[in-house]
Amino acid sequence: MNFDYTEEQTLLENMVTSFVRDDYDWDTRCSIVKTEEGWKEENWKKFAELGLLGVPFDEDHGGLGGEATDIMIVMEQFGKGLVVEPYMPSIILAGGLISKLGSADQKNSIIPEIISGDRRYVFAYAEPQSRFDLFDVKCSATLDGDNYTINGFKSVVFGAGMATHLIISARTEGDQRSKSGITLFLVDIKSDGITLQNYPTIDEYRASEVVIENLTVSKENILGELHNSYEAIEEQVDLSTIAICSEAVGILQVLKDSTNDYCKNRKQFGQPISANQAIQHRLVDMMIEYEQAKSILYMAITADLSNPDERRKAASAAKARIGKAIKFVGENAIQLHGGMGVVDEYMISHFFKRATMIGILFGNVDFHMKRYTDLTQSNIQSINEEDGINLS
Amino acid sequence: MDTAFSSEDLKFQSDVREFISNNYPKELKDSIGSKRKTGKELSRDDLMSWHKILGKHNGWSAPGWPKQYGGAEFSPTQKYIFEQECARAECQYIMPFGVNMVGPVIYTFGNDEQKAKHLPGILSGDVFWCQGYSEPGSGSDLASLKTSAVKEGDHYIVNGQKTWTTLAQYADWIFCLVRTNPEAAKPQQGISFLLIDMKTPGITVRPIKLMDGSHEVNETWFDNVKVPVENLIGQENMGWTYAKFLLAHERSGIAGVARSKKALERIKQIASAEMSYGEPLIQDPAFKSKIANAELELNSLEYTELRTLAKDSAGKGPGPESSLLKIKGTDIQQMVTELAMEAVGYYANPHLGTTLSNEYVGPDYATNLSGSYFNFRKASIYGGSNEIQRNIIAKMVLGL
Repeated sequence: MNFDYTEEQTLLENMVTSFVRDDYDWDTRCSIVKTEEGWKEENWKKFAELGLLGVPFDEDHGGLGGEATDIMIVMEQFGKGLVVEPYMPSIILAGGLISKLGSADQKNSIIPEIISGDRRYVFAYAEPQSRFDLFDVKCSATLDGDNYTINGFKSVVFGAGMATHLIISARTEGDQRSKSGITLFLVDIKSDGITLQNYPTIDEYRASEVVIENLTVSKENILGELHNSYEAIEEQVDLSTIAICSEAVGILQVLKDSTNDYCKNRKQFGQPISANQAIQHRLVDMMIEYEQAKSILYMAITADLSNPDERRKAASAAKARIGKAIKFVGENAIQLHGGMGVVDEYMISHFFKRATMIGILFGNVDFHMKRYTDLTQSNIQSINEEDGINLS
Repeated sequence: MDTAFSSEDLKFQSDVREFISNNYPKELKDSIGSKRKTGKELSRDDLMSWHKILGKHNGWSAPGWPKQYGGAEFSPTQKYIFEQECARAECQYIMPFGVNMVGPVIYTFGNDEQKAKHLPGILSGDVFWCQGYSEPGSGSDLASLKTSAVKEGDHYIVNGQKTWTTLAQYADWIFCLVRTNPEAAKPQQGISFLLIDMKTPGITVRPIKLMDGSHEVNETWFDNVKVPVENLIGQENMGWTYAKFLLAHERSGIAGVARSKKALERIKQIASAEMSYGEPLIQDPAFKSKIANAELELNSLEYTELRTLAKDSAGKGPGPESSLLKIKGTDIQQMVTELAMEAVGYYANPHLGTTLSNEYVGPDYATNLSGSYFNFRKASIYGGSNEIQRNIIAKMVLGL
């Protein structure tokens, strides 16, 4: 048993760490988010050169065949730099759907283009009424000859403004909240019938509302089976959830370490504020929350993710537990920074904002607590009257 | 990253499982089970029988001891598996005072005569040890202790009072921190580590009753107790060094993950039998979400322990991170004992589940769950209170 990285994984970590250190220092990051586009396409090219865009794809299509651990390594370091380029939405989530569901032709034509950085897909799934339910889909696709006509509205699609293509979930059959009858479509983002309303998020990432009006898509551009994509969507969202948990753990480390340093340097009443036990114990509790968050991430990464129930449990356990750690570490990081914590100018608030938005993405603490509880607490066992409770 | 056990570890796991199932006495399980439920005190035999059986099997009573002293010298992973299997089978746990506390001090700092005299009895379980650290005026500030040992010829004369001496009522020997130099520049510098035979004249043990009614701890008084100088461990006035070494050993394994897991499983069974809003309590959203919450904490802690273990296996000994395991481990134990009490509703009330005419009331599983909740308030206080553990992390890990 060990938690060590392989030699290749150590190289990968070093590579991403140096990218964040050399090409993504705090000032650079601030200048990127202030631009009109809100990201830097050159960075995407650099990711392609470094091989990062191929991490999760299989080797037959030119990828690195990476696993959950490799994705964790990349996301954790991106978290430490608050990297805004849409790696998770495009490479992990949309890329994962294409790898999972694509026909041989689709994969052969699309995946190499993704890995080279020439195409970016993002997945438009959420709708104003759906909240975190991936099966709640109103957006409709109706067959008309060889083409589908899609109408609907997709909410808060991360990275859509930077994408070349969309994957759209649409209802081809069944009721609004039915798990069957959901079909995925691959479309060029410039197609007639797609209108984007781009905006910056509170944490300075970019997202879009996507209005879809009489969009025509040929049958050939269905991804996966007709009516039958829900399970794959749930699976890829679970894996993406674990990926953003990794990002969160990277951010929590920055929040914890920076707060530690700040408290050692900030002097009041003639001594560092870290000389006060009230502050020391808070910092210790932040450290414990960070370690517990990292541990449950490791549990998720090493779980049997190919088993659907184990995967669901792992993703929800990690997201719920890490969501709690985000609130505790984040809010206390701001509190202990005092006035410096609440200003835009100092970096700590930006890490807090990103962590908090990750807390919402793909379901908040309540959502994942309920999902975990439903998955684990329903079996009723018979009671053996002879046994007592013996803790000591 | 690989959290799977190696084939040797899996073989070891099945060996341990088989050994327990063939050797753990059914009568012991029954006797301990019924006593625990009814709050009756466990006898010395209840506490030591399993230890004695393990002591005859390749040193399994001392999983961490080196082979040269008769221990099992398990790897950290084997120790973890062993503890897991013992918890799974709900075996009586091994008293820590001999095996985990004084034993390692004796084989690390003691001389050959001391090793030869004391280690075999600890290993076999024939000699019962207790710990003489805390005093009425010295709890968290242990180094302020006052019990004095004055050298007269070839004896120390010991005077003073120790407290919270767990199970001193059964003990043959006590290991004590005593003050040998009241003039030392720092309080830590005048302390020595003495082994004292509990049968020596001048020692008095008085029970302290805890709030659940149990008798686990005692006051131990020393009135001109003559202790031969050969019972001094290491050097005079160096006792604090040995005490710190012992505390680090005490904290490893203190997380109790496997035992809390077992208890949580048990609570789920109880909650399936108990009714609430006309349905099994396990279906009550508020209650099942509390169980899920405890499970998540426990899952995280299990991986925190595994990460510490992986570090230990790589040759880095237990560090101050073990304070984290103590804090979270005891938090969870308290969470679990509270949930168990909560699960049985009104039947938390009857003290020990018995009437004045000695008849049992309420469901069997409910007996003494409230006692256990009250008893476990101790967990965040003993072994260095959780506030002291936070001080240790603040200083040793965060460098504050």
